Amino acid sequence: MRFLFKTDYDQDIRLFKHGGQVFWYGLLMALLLTAPFTVGEYVMSQLHFIFIYSIVGLGLMLLVGFTGQISLGHAAFLAVGAYTEALLQAKGVPVFISLPCAALFSAAAGLIVGLPALRLKGIYLAIATLAFNVIVEEVITRWEGLTGGNSGLHVKPVELFGVKLDGDAGFFYLCLGLTVLSILALMNLLRSPTGRAFVAIRDSEISASCMGVNLAKYKTLAFAISAALTGIGGALYAHKVSFISPEQFTLLQSIELITIVILGGVGFLHGAVLGAAFLIVLPQLISLAKDYLPANVGSSGLQAVVFGLVLIGFIIFEPLGLYGRWLKLRTWFELFPFYRKGMFRRQKSYMKSERLR
Amino acid sequence: MSFFRVENLGIHFGGVVAVDDVSFEVKRGEVYTIIGPNGAGKTTIFNLIGLLYPATAGRIFLEDKPLAGSVPHRVAQLGIARTFQNIELFEHATVLQNLLIGRHRHRAASLWQELLFTPAARRAELAAREAVEQVIDFLDLAKYRDSLVAGLPYGVRKVVELGRALATEPRLLLLDEPSSGLNPEETDDMAFWIEDIRRHLAVTVLMVEHDMNLVARVSDRVLALNLGMVIAEGTPAEVQAHPAVIEAYLGKAA
Amino acid sequence: MNQVLQLLLAGVAQGCVYALVALGFVLIYKATETVNFAQGDLMMLGGFFALTSSVILGWPYWATILFAVAAMAVVGMLIERLVLRPVLGQPAFTVVMITIGVGYVLRGAVTMMPGWGTDTYTLPTPFSEGVFKVGEVIFAVQQVAVICMTAALCALLYLFFRFSRLGVAMQATSQNQLAAAYVGIPVRRVNMMIWGLSAGVAAFAGILLAPMTFVHSNMGFIGLKAFPAAVVGGFGSVPGAIVGGLIIGVVEAFAGRYLPEGFKDVAAYVVVLVVLLLKPSGIFGETARKKV
Repeated sequence: MRFLFKTDYDQDIRLFKHGGQVFWYGLLMALLLTAPFTVGEYVMSQLHFIFIYSIVGLGLMLLVGFTGQISLGHAAFLAVGAYTEALLQAKGVPVFISLPCAALFSAAAGLIVGLPALRLKGIYLAIATLAFNVIVEEVITRWEGLTGGNSGLHVKPVELFGVKLDGDAGFFYLCLGLTVLSILALMNLLRSPTGRAFVAIRDSEISASCMGVNLAKYKTLAFAISAALTGIGGALYAHKVSFISPEQFTLLQSIELITIVILGGVGFLHGAVLGAAFLIVLPQLISLAKDYLPANVGSSGLQAVVFGLVLIGFIIFEPLGLYGRWLKLRTWFELFPFYRKGMFRRQKSYMKSERLR
Repeated sequence: MSFFRVENLGIHFGGVVAVDDVSFEVKRGEVYTIIGPNGAGKTTIFNLIGLLYPATAGRIFLEDKPLAGSVPHRVAQLGIARTFQNIELFEHATVLQNLLIGRHRHRAASLWQELLFTPAARRAELAAREAVEQVIDFLDLAKYRDSLVAGLPYGVRKVVELGRALATEPRLLLLDEPSSGLNPEETDDMAFWIEDIRRHLAVTVLMVEHDMNLVARVSDRVLALNLGMVIAEGTPAEVQAHPAVIEAYLGKAA
Repeated sequence: MNQVLQLLLAGVAQGCVYALVALGFVLIYKATETVNFAQGDLMMLGGFFALTSSVILGWPYWATILFAVAAMAVVGMLIERLVLRPVLGQPAFTVVMITIGVGYVLRGAVTMMPGWGTDTYTLPTPFSEGVFKVGEVIFAVQQVAVICMTAALCALLYLFFRFSRLGVAMQATSQNQLAAAYVGIPVRRVNMMIWGLSAGVAAFAGILLAPMTFVHSNMGFIGLKAFPAAVVGGFGSVPGAIVGGLIIGVVEAFAGRYLPEGFKDVAAYVVVLVVLLLKPSGIFGETARKKV
């Protein structure tokens, strides 16, 4: 167990709290930077997806985990980002302009969704975002002149300063860089007044407004930032899969995106990345397992069943998600042999109602 | 010029008149207490001042500027901070983070500066930390500094909430039943702090309180309410001896 | 004019199914404050149970209904006991996610069952494809039957909630769990019963829907349209669910006829957005303010 003796306010706000963190994150970074030379094409491709979903997960984490707003419509922001990127790129706009545009357009869509969030809470907000998702999907399907409708759009690889990033390595560094930047930006935000205002809104809206937090402004801001990150993820996604069509951005996609947050651990930035990795790796494991199962069990339904069971299992047995599990493991080792059960148990709030009576 | 005044304030919920034609004035630097039996409309007055409820009648002035037509967060930004009867803290954050949210109205950096954490943002953050540490010192919260609020005992949470209100550097501090749920010792501490807040921090205090010992000890003036109406105003001793007040609490003599 | 009546009838018939699924949402929400995203999938499973008893076992229609409803009631209670009870008291959003997980499992499990799989089936009903005419308006027997059966079920539920001990206990539980527990109502068991009831209603909805859309593993997605219906009515209101379902059904029917293609599919969602914009807690929902 490590004890930190604080002698300076700066110690509370620096990103790395102690040398150990610098070392481990440094090591991880070094491994990732050399990855294109050490891992195969297949793993590389999976890493692309992990980073893309990490960026989206980070956006959702800010909204769900830190601001306490529910969104069942994030696939719509993903779509806005993907289509913006695809269309601008087709017009020959360079990526360092089109990528910010994708973020900006998504953020604008986020503002639009954020507006009802000012009046709606909980389940009503969930349905509003869900409705938004369905409507965006339908608009994309019907606006054939722009989006190609159901026949979709082809997207070319990224081109940066005349260099085509179609090789695995180039695109990998782009995704990695954007993921790291997103994490840093959110960490900065969370150690500043804005991030604290988000958390305040999550824990008690009334109290937040009595402390001078403008609920309207910060809720829409949370939606906008979350959507912007999702838009960047969408743009990268478009490049990665090189073909986009409306059925990639349905409600089911939104729900899958939300599970990143739940599986990773609500309220931890690490959780977004871990959840994304898990979401990408799980289907691979399932398809591996399929070979050993009888035919009717190994059918297309297997993935849904496993996915559902994993979700249920996590919520019942590990509500803090993968990151929570890791925290517990770490504490166990640090305190060995003094760890006791229930150190992380949260107080249950029986029927803490949203309705009033 | 008056520091803070309420004129003919009133609100009704459906047919129930909760607050009716209440007027009073708080002078700069005093401790002004509102007392009254349960259901007298004390907390409702706080909610009206905080603009959490829209008043159906009357006006509220801070330094002769009307608050009406504003929104709750504007009230906080004008320098009116409050605590809550049943504690409304940010449960899943540490004590330190809770107090830092109190600094919200003093934030100096823009969103972009925060995202990039520029030197300006860092300076603003350090200043906020320094101010909060002073509050932690003042209320003796150092040992709970990094604990999650959710796990703290009730008495400590009450103090944390007071600290969060103080961290806003308020001009007017509204305390909603600061002693409710506290044991006699903690109540004594609370009285001590309220006296200190007035004396050393020069903050004006408007308080709702039941504990008459506490009221008599710290208040300069007292307003007694019953059924939403003012029944007496004066020094603690005067109000305690007022026949209408005795009647409101104990009923009419047979 | 006739055409309007015609559309109205079709809309109401479709709306009845939405209403029944929405009713399932509302029953569970009122009692446990859980939004059950698996409601549509429960309906789907009910459809498959009906299919089994009617096609594979060859039972008559009324026995099929009883079998499917009873089987689903058991499934509903099992889900409550095994999945929902361990997370009692956790944040609402977490519980929503767990029902989404349940939905995934049900959808996947159905495709793995021998005899069910991923195919599409028709469920035979005694209501022929016949039509009859009143004046100029053509009534499809199928639609009239759906409307009548929904009305009958609503009446039955009304009597149950109004007069039976269990029904009153359920009402009390959904009003205030703590108070209900204090007067001696076994709240957990009542919650389980409510899940059973809700799943039974879902099975009934599945049977009514089957002739219109066929039985297949993805028919549960219609729950996503019943969800707006429940919200339009105000999530905590039983009459609201019925009204909301009918509104969505009728609007959809008219949008399909008079508006360009595509509007029919989003009509439910546009309606819900408009209602939420005007009244953030639905038509019959109560607005409440947090007390400090």
